[in-house]
Amino acid sequence: MKNDNVIQVKNLTKKFGDFTAVDSISFEVKKGEIFGFLGANGAGKTTAMKMLIGISKPTSGSAQIADFDVYTHTEDIKKNIGYMSQKFALYDDLTVRENSTFFGGIYGLSRAQIKEKTMQLIEELNLQAVANELVGSLPLGWKQKIAFSVALLHNPKIIFLDEPTGGVDPITRRQFWEMIYKTANNGTTIFVTTHYMDEAEYCDRVSIMVNGKIEALDTPKKLKEQFKATDMNEVFLKLARG
Amino acid sequence: MSISVKHISKSFKNTTAINDVSFEVKEGELFGLIGPDGAGKTTIFRILTTLLFADKGTATVAGYDVITNYKDIRNNVGYMPGRFSLYQDLTVEENLTFFATIFDTTIEENYDLIKDIYIQIEPFKNRRAGALSGGMKQKLALCCALIHKPKVLFLDEPTTGVDPVSRKEFWEMLKRLQQKGITILVSTPYMDEAILCDRIALIQNGQLLQIDTPQQIAKQYPKKIYAISADNIYQLIIHLKAYKHSYSVYPFGEFVHYTDKRADFDLKELVLFLEDRNIKNSRIQQTEATIEDTFMELAK
Repeated sequence: MKNDNVIQVKNLTKKFGDFTAVDSISFEVKKGEIFGFLGANGAGKTTAMKMLIGISKPTSGSAQIADFDVYTHTEDIKKNIGYMSQKFALYDDLTVRENSTFFGGIYGLSRAQIKEKTMQLIEELNLQAVANELVGSLPLGWKQKIAFSVALLHNPKIIFLDEPTGGVDPITRRQFWEMIYKTANNGTTIFVTTHYMDEAEYCDRVSIMVNGKIEALDTPKKLKEQFKATDMNEVFLKLARG
Repeated sequence: MSISVKHISKSFKNTTAINDVSFEVKEGELFGLIGPDGAGKTTIFRILTTLLFADKGTATVAGYDVITNYKDIRNNVGYMPGRFSLYQDLTVEENLTFFATIFDTTIEENYDLIKDIYIQIEPFKNRRAGALSGGMKQKLALCCALIHKPKVLFLDEPTTGVDPVSRKEFWEMLKRLQQKGITILVSTPYMDEAILCDRIALIQNGQLLQIDTPQQIAKQYPKKIYAISADNIYQLIIHLKAYKHSYSVYPFGEFVHYTDKRADFDLKELVLFLEDRNIKNSRIQQTEATIEDTFMELAK
């Protein structure tokens, strides 16, 4: 049976001792969808994401990522997804070109592919002038755009973005979202967390986690109707404040 | 004036961190430095808290010069750096006692000032600071910065990476502190927090773009802004950008904020253009500028 869900999660749970960090969450994400994964600090987002990208074993429940099982096929998952976070994305003491070459190698691309993809990346982001500069010397907004492109080098089916725009200036933040739109439009699924509630509005669907559970999941429009709110910020405050 | 900064510049090797920055903060004011990472906010904080010398310019805090009277400043200000800087292996209570003792005071003496905040973390007073959640660390850091009853409080990006609920609570705490007569200089990359300040300075690439009340800054936006929505926002953005009269096109939540190169134009033209490009269910209405609109226009 043909299935266009690239993420399928059912009753996924993670416990640390007595503490249930992720409490039986279930959802699906479609191909090419922009899925916003929201929640307060400590709600369990990071723990859930770690299970989805295959670096943390669930306590119970099931999840398929790009048709691979999170218990048994974590290496296949890693080959088929991209990941970037605000905290770690690129090596500051490598140049733009070196970072691209390095990550291309990690993702198992051939030399010819790496060369071509790196050129393409530099061209698309207009980085000709700084291609041989250390990434550490570039503004944060540029770094995040490069990191996003690097995470796409191996044409992953899904890209996981963990607060990709934190602290980025408003213009670059919007350019970043245009890159997200374009990528989703080309069929790559976007799974993104953010604390900017205006960015939640850019997602096709949004889930909001509270104390380890998904308490709401729908399009921004329907969530606003459901919670009688004028924007996503209000939805979030109503839900997460309990 | 509680803080006075005159023509301050600072460079690190080849990078200019801040360039000819001047501003004043009145006594009891809640003043915001609004700008992205790398704008120079932290450099300004470090100069004002006497942790860094400026290359050029002068500054006073609580009436004291940042160079000649640095010791007086240190006794009269509280500083919460962007990075969590308490002792991770001391407990909540030990950290607070430690900071009170360095400033030659006790928790009891100034308990009034921190009470509202401290009672929220008191149940965990025997937990090591390193084991606290982000929100609790932030509250403890604020208590430690306040325990010697400073005249001026410096908060460098206290809400970065913090969820909207905790951000809202944090700003409510700041408002209460302000009512107790403390002058507050706070920095943030979140433009929506700007409206919570009495006055703000917008900063980018080491330069102040504008200083005023948030209301005044938003009002000075030079163009008419139209909020446009449609079924497919991505297609809407692409076509608006390609429209020959478009001046700026920025996504804003469920809308796209659009400005036109022409001072006056017939909206019907734009409606027809979008219809012609097969943009479904587009709606256009004029809207008020926000601080973020202004910031992007100034930074353009």
